[in-house]
Amino acid sequence: MVDVPYDAIADVPPAEVPEVELYHPKSWWTQYVFSQDAKVIAIQYSLTASAIGLVALVLSWLMRLQLGFPGTFSFIDAGQYLQFITMHGMIMVIYLLTALFLGGFGNYLIPLMVGARDMVFPYVNMLSYWIYLLAVVVLASTFFVPGGPTGAGWTLYPPQAVLSGTPGQDWGIVLMLVSLILFIIGFTMGGLNYVVTVLQARTRGMTLMRMPLTVWGIFTATVMALLAFPALFVASVMMLFDRLLGTSFFMPALVEMGQQVKYGGGSPILFQHLFWFFGHPEVYIVALPAFGIVSDLISTHARKNIFGYRMMVWAIVGIGALSFVVWAHHMYVSGMHPKFGFFFATTTLIIAIPTAIKVYNWVLTLWRGDIHLTVPMLFALGFIITFVNGGLTGLFLGNVVVDVPLSDTMFVVAHFHMVMGVAPIMVVLGAIYHWYPKVTGRMLNDWLGKFHFWVTFLGAYLIFFPMHYLGLQGVPRRYHDIGEAAFITPNVHTLNAFITVVALIVGFAQMVFLFNLVWSLFKGKASGGNPWRATTLEWQTPETPPGHGNWGKELPVVYRWAYDYSVPGAAQDFIPQNQPPQATRAVQGAAP
Amino acid sequence: MVVALILLLVAVGSVLFHIYSPWWWTPIATNWSYIDHTISITFWITGVVFFAVIAFMAYCVFRFHHKEGRQAAYNPENKKLEWWLSVGTGIGVAAMLAPGLFVWHQFVTVPADATEIEVMGQQWQWSFRLPGKDGRMGTTNVRNISPDNPMGLNRDDPHGQDDVVIESGDLHLPIGKPVKVLLRSLDVLHNFYVPEFRAKMDMVPGMVTYFWMTPIRTGTFDVLCAELCGVAHAQMRAKVIVEEVSEYHAWLEKQQTFAELSGRNAVTKTTYKSGGK
Repeated sequence: MVDVPYDAIADVPPAEVPEVELYHPKSWWTQYVFSQDAKVIAIQYSLTASAIGLVALVLSWLMRLQLGFPGTFSFIDAGQYLQFITMHGMIMVIYLLTALFLGGFGNYLIPLMVGARDMVFPYVNMLSYWIYLLAVVVLASTFFVPGGPTGAGWTLYPPQAVLSGTPGQDWGIVLMLVSLILFIIGFTMGGLNYVVTVLQARTRGMTLMRMPLTVWGIFTATVMALLAFPALFVASVMMLFDRLLGTSFFMPALVEMGQQVKYGGGSPILFQHLFWFFGHPEVYIVALPAFGIVSDLISTHARKNIFGYRMMVWAIVGIGALSFVVWAHHMYVSGMHPKFGFFFATTTLIIAIPTAIKVYNWVLTLWRGDIHLTVPMLFALGFIITFVNGGLTGLFLGNVVVDVPLSDTMFVVAHFHMVMGVAPIMVVLGAIYHWYPKVTGRMLNDWLGKFHFWVTFLGAYLIFFPMHYLGLQGVPRRYHDIGEAAFITPNVHTLNAFITVVALIVGFAQMVFLFNLVWSLFKGKASGGNPWRATTLEWQTPETPPGHGNWGKELPVVYRWAYDYSVPGAAQDFIPQNQPPQATRAVQGAAP
Repeated sequence: MVVALILLLVAVGSVLFHIYSPWWWTPIATNWSYIDHTISITFWITGVVFFAVIAFMAYCVFRFHHKEGRQAAYNPENKKLEWWLSVGTGIGVAAMLAPGLFVWHQFVTVPADATEIEVMGQQWQWSFRLPGKDGRMGTTNVRNISPDNPMGLNRDDPHGQDDVVIESGDLHLPIGKPVKVLLRSLDVLHNFYVPEFRAKMDMVPGMVTYFWMTPIRTGTFDVLCAELCGVAHAQMRAKVIVEEVSEYHAWLEKQQTFAELSGRNAVTKTTYKSGGK
């Protein structure tokens, strides 16, 4: 075994920049509503994202009712079905997952994990949340405007998105684009905070290579977001101009329902390039925080350092960089020049290598560990299974010629749900069970947690694994009713009905989880400051939940990396990052 | 113990599901069985990796489950192991990419003897055009679209006069002959998708896209649209009938040309000899 280059005894250099005076809230409004405290902002992001996410979850039930029992639910017609899938997809990817991982987990965990008092730009951080909330309100308003929400699919491809054959042409598409523009503005503000705080506000001794992988994941994702979201921003502005001003960025000469229209000269494929230049990094913006968080969940609950920390960091950074050169694997059948297929298939399959290394390292962390099957650990195991499954099916779709029959079928839907829906949600849920004691001072109920885990994990697997085979058979996506076709055998309808029933059961389990969240707030067991006996800084705060300024009078000093679990010769099976070397061998009781 | 067993059963169950699944690809009707072979290779490689990783994980949960007195090992890195795992993954990736790119090269290289035909999509129907006796299709322009010229052919182009225009009927194809399917759209994105053909491609207004294939068995196949194109996306259907060459020519003789459909009396009705182009 190779020694890890960490120095517990070396001199810790003093801070280069003196500590800055923290703002202080003066009223109830500035403490709990218009708060500049990253912890409050984190909770605001999380609650808002969860609320709109619940709307998207209900939409998925409606979609599944239609797919499982077509004809039974006649109030769901083709137009509404398309509106449901569009809003479900856009909310889940951007307004739930991105907002929750970066705005929710990022705001809460980054300052605490790097030993800072708050983010470096607290006022801008507060603004970022209120702009996000405005973006959510604008998006939700499309349900109530004439014509309803846009039904163009979350990918919003032109020309259809702005023409009359697609629902929401009046207001829906306009407000969707406005909402996205607002979201991106807010997220740039937040993103600058996360990046600069990690680079500039780490406490004494917290070098970049001593940061927990949670911070690396969120940090890298934020850098990617700052580079990728502008592509969506300009595409949205250009499409808005096409719709409102009659420009032709994306609109070729065409005939709409028998009428020649005044557009001409534009390129629909240009939109696809811009969208996916954003869209592919976006899925890694969702995935990388999940990768970072799950590394910390596994190492804490297996009482073992994450295996190959340095490679894990490089894999996160490498995946982040590579994710910018794979985007056209979403466009293999778009009609773009065929020779691009060679390039993008190669880069897409290359990105599988650092991703696979991360999977090996998670599993090797379990090897010879001391595995506590707590609810967070169960969700981490569920993540590994669903992520490996979803990542491997990506290799089918990334291999350009294999994508030709499979694109726009249920195979794609199954793939991205498994790898981007189920797997990151496993991490979100595990992370909530893990950090709830830090945020509230109470533990979530264990029995309800285990029930929630097993139903969600097994149920989600039963929903999306068989779905791949529907796509293999040729069942297309975005169809509200497959109708009759020779290749659609009766057992396709049987499987659709089965998936719908399982989906509703999994939905019920989430209600149990919501109940647990609220109930435990009042009746949960008191957790103390460090119930999981973890090494990272957020668990070493003097108060739980952490008070204003997080650390009391003195900022912590860091002497070691984030993974000193089960160090041979140590008194306990964990050594907090801020524990000085001399105290290691002293006999100590459990953490407060 | 129970958790490890359940995790292992997920892996075993997935493999069994794959083996016994009644949901499988539809029998292929074109020369693109190489695509199916590449899919099979990919299933083998990813299947082995999936099972190995999950089984190993289940074993770890079983063997290293917390017990009184257990202590985890402390091994932050193992450069040699990580190196070998990376190399092995690279080899697995190359084993899938190589055949995939080989077949893609074939996919984008249209044979010289392929006949060109055209499929035109619009909200929400399919139209077809075949080259006439002169073997070439005429040029088109979306600005020419009108009720008596629904496919927008240029009236000045002599090659277009004898093009066979099929506005709302089925497309027929002769078995065994390579065909380059040119794809065009009047309004929004569509995609000409026949699952049995395996090959498909988006249709983009403002440009002409294509794919090529050789039908290898007769039959009637459903056409679906595979790029969301508005409210009636799911109802945009047609049929392709692949038949013996003689039957194909019999059908072709009955079809109307652009000249006939657009009512130009000056053009004599063209006739086709059986076996001619």
